[in-house]
Amino acid sequence: MQDFNPSENLKHLGKSEISAVSPPGIGKAAYTLHLADTTLLLAQRNAAWCAHGPILEQDIAITNISLDLIGQARNFYQYAATLINNEAETPQGKLMDEDRLAFERTEREFKNLLLVELPNGDWAQTITRQFLFSQYQFLLFEKLQASNDEQLAAIAAKSIKETKYHLRWSSEWILRLGDGTQESRERMLQALTELWPFTGEMFVNAAYEVAAAAAGSGVDSSLLQQEWLQNVAQLLEEATLAVPQNIFMQSGGKQGIHTEHLGYILSDMQYLQRTYPNSQW
Amino acid sequence: MVTLTSVQEQKIWDILETVCDPEVPVLSILDLGIVRNILSKNNEVEIVITPTYSGCPAMDMIAMNIRLALAEQGYPKVKITSVLAPAWSSDWMTTAGKEKLKLYGIAAPDKKFEIPADGVECPQCNSTHTKLISEFGSTACKALYQCQDCSEPFDYFKCH
Repeated sequence: MQDFNPSENLKHLGKSEISAVSPPGIGKAAYTLHLADTTLLLAQRNAAWCAHGPILEQDIAITNISLDLIGQARNFYQYAATLINNEAETPQGKLMDEDRLAFERTEREFKNLLLVELPNGDWAQTITRQFLFSQYQFLLFEKLQASNDEQLAAIAAKSIKETKYHLRWSSEWILRLGDGTQESRERMLQALTELWPFTGEMFVNAAYEVAAAAAGSGVDSSLLQQEWLQNVAQLLEEATLAVPQNIFMQSGGKQGIHTEHLGYILSDMQYLQRTYPNSQW
Repeated sequence: MVTLTSVQEQKIWDILETVCDPEVPVLSILDLGIVRNILSKNNEVEIVITPTYSGCPAMDMIAMNIRLALAEQGYPKVKITSVLAPAWSSDWMTTAGKEKLKLYGIAAPDKKFEIPADGVECPQCNSTHTKLISEFGSTACKALYQCQDCSEPFDYFKCH
């Protein structure tokens, strides 16, 4: 590596080059980036459990789920990069790729659901988030398989096979914890209270979702809510828990307006590329 | 890209037979069923592969090993394309591949255990008195079991 000259590298960050990465607002690229960011952020959150799981087998389980989600994110990012490169020559002429999309965008450019950037909390909160999300992702991919966009349909058909595992695994845990001990049930009630306000956003279409659904390439996520709520309510009831009622729903993640948590994740995840731009393994 | 003459193609299939899954070194990528197509244009060969699991890190390594194996056998220009549709299924694993798995100590995918549950045959002692420890094993494609008779832990290559 050439001799490292901090001021040289920091100067590079000053330019607006990084913020020029984000594609225009409502195109298919923005829709694909939303799908990619959501899977990447949950992958990052789940990966944080590595070596901290309650028991070895569950440590492996949640890191396996993280690996699946990273794979799905890579597929979406690669496709988003292709779309961006086709749509318009990127300002610096350098082609867009999956790594630049993951490492060079700022918080305001990320379009992930708020639900997936929230802290892991205890095992009950991690499990509850995973279940609420996987139930949604399953229904989303089920519909996305019928997309008239071949690549999105292919990624959905590929990923849903893995989402089934995530849904089955988290459902079993919801029952085990909800209908478990006094303490596990209390922690589940706390987790539901903590997370429920962030579930509404899954069913409120962002502009790029409306455009994608109209074009037949994306899914109108508001159509997923009824079946999602039915499945979630049924399982929670079985687990002696209940759906929190009339809760104010948070939103904004899909539009790049995030909680205070996202910045910390990105600073960890993007640190290397931002300190040593274009570094390679 | 045009398809090759049968002689050329067979030569390339034979080379691909030597490329193994880094996680399960007894399984060739043909046993796994991840090679979709072989094409060629002037002297560039294109190998079309499909991933087993979205996040499987072995796929990048397999692509590299394909490139190396072909380069050694006189095919320097290689293009590797990855396609997702139709999604890979464990049904594409060859019978030979399943037997190799068993010899290696991994239980092969079995339709009766579409959803992993107790009772997968132990590759060590063939008992079906076995217990599912976790649906997620050391790699994405495997679940973890323990035989209740010979009490050996073993991996089950999941139906997918």
